[in-house]
Order: sequence, then C-alpha cells, then structure tokens
Amino acid sequence: MTSALDITQAIRPPRAVFVNFPLGHQTGPPDQPELQRKIVTDAMRAFETIKSPATIVELPYVWDENDRSWEERDYTKGWMRERPSREAADALEAERQARFRRA
Amino acid sequence: MPVAYIPRTRDLYSDFTPYRWVENPDAPAFTPLPKPLVQCRVALISSGGIMYRDQPRFHREDPSYRRIPKTATRDDLSIWHFGYPTRDAERDPNCVFPLERLRELEARGVIGELADPAFSFMGGIYSARKVRDELAPQIVSDLKRAHADALFLVPA
Repeated sequence: MTSALDITQAIRPPRAVFVNFPLGHQTGPPDQPELQRKIVTDAMRAFETIKSPATIVELPYVWDENDRSWEERDYTKGWMRERPSREAADALEAERQARFRRA
Repeated sequence: MPVAYIPRTRDLYSDFTPYRWVENPDAPAFTPLPKPLVQCRVALISSGGIMYRDQPRFHREDPSYRRIPKTATRDDLSIWHFGYPTRDAERDPNCVFPLERLRELEARGVIGELADPAFSFMGGIYSARKVRDELAPQIVSDLKRAHADALFLVPA
C-alpha cells in the first residue's frame, strides 16, 4: 500500500493501493474493524486485478466526510504532539521489558 | 485531494539539505500472482515500527526488522517510530499492521494462508541505499524461506 501518493508515483513499485487517510492509518482508523476489513480485502483483490506495472489503485474510503482539516495539517510543522523525554521513553521501555519477562 | 508529501517534507526539514527521493523512470519488474489468491500464502510487513513482546526497541536509522508470530494479540505488540503519530496504532495496531484482519481473511478463505511470521521495521531510515542493500535482501531471504507467494507492504 502507499500512504503518500506523490512519493509512490516517483518510486513506481510493481503495484500499489492508496487510501487517502492521515499518515499512520493506512489500513484504517483504530477500532473500526469493518472499515479495516474492507480496505485489506480490497488490497488483497488488487493482487489479482492489477495487470500493468506501476498501477496505483485508489480506494474510495473517506476519513471524515465532515472534516478534511487533517489534509492541511498532515506532515507540517507542529503536526505531531511533542515526543516523550528520553527519561520518560526509557522508563516506558523498561516497563515493557519487565512486563514480558514476567509473563 | 491526496496530500503532496514531497513538498511537505521539504518544508518540515527546511534546515537540512533537500532529501533526494528515489525516482524510477523505468517500468518496474512485474510478476503476476503465480496462482489464484485463494491459494496464495501472503506475507505481511509494516514499516510502522511494531515489536513483539520484549523484542528490542527500534531507534533512528535502524536497518533491523522484527519477526512477529502470526498469532500475536494486541497485548503482545508495541510501537516505536518517530515519524508519525503512533497513538492510534498503539491502541489498535491494525491501523498500520492489520494482522487480525489478515487472520480473518485467511479463516474466510479470501487468501490461501497468512505467512508466519509477519514482519515489521521502522521506516524512518534516511539512507535508501541501506534499505535497498541491507534491509530488503534479508527480508527477501526470510520470505523465500517461508515460501510466501505475495508480500503485502503497509506503510505508516
């Protein structure tokens, strides 16, 4: 799949499927299994229906019919919340390691 | 309107030398599916930085990848990536790593089989050469060993 149409048009992979969603959601919004299922099924079918090299199929799903403001914000300055500090990230990582060692 | 990420990248990283995007003017090699989809073993790979249980955390420019058992549940999975907002994928990895959805398609016979393991790497790697010459060939070896017929790549 591709989340960035212009980049993929330059790269020209053998075949690609594009959904116009914000970065980080290419196979669907969180906790929406129905829509995720539709996207992944369409992508699987494209393996059979794409016949010529470098074809990019665009799927018709819309992120939010009432709000397209994400398109202005995606991948612009300030679009992501601040990342955790090194200390906070390391603490989270230590917790993750401990959790699975206990299991 | 699909977002134009190339100019956005230029603006976001305006303090750096402009990134040299990969451009392939020639038509790519194209191999049709060797058999009907319902008989194919499909492998999943995501560049979204997914790790299984206590597998090592990714870091910037990381050319490594993780093998993730196809039966992994949400609780088994964590995410590390600096290049996209990961909150939704942390809550539901299917946003960028649709393992549960592919298991369902396998159960329903839409695909022949989901390959085991699935794969993930962290796509924030500046060097396209590193990806092409180091990361990709290793994954291809893994895929051949797994006798995968098709690879489903999901970006973040």
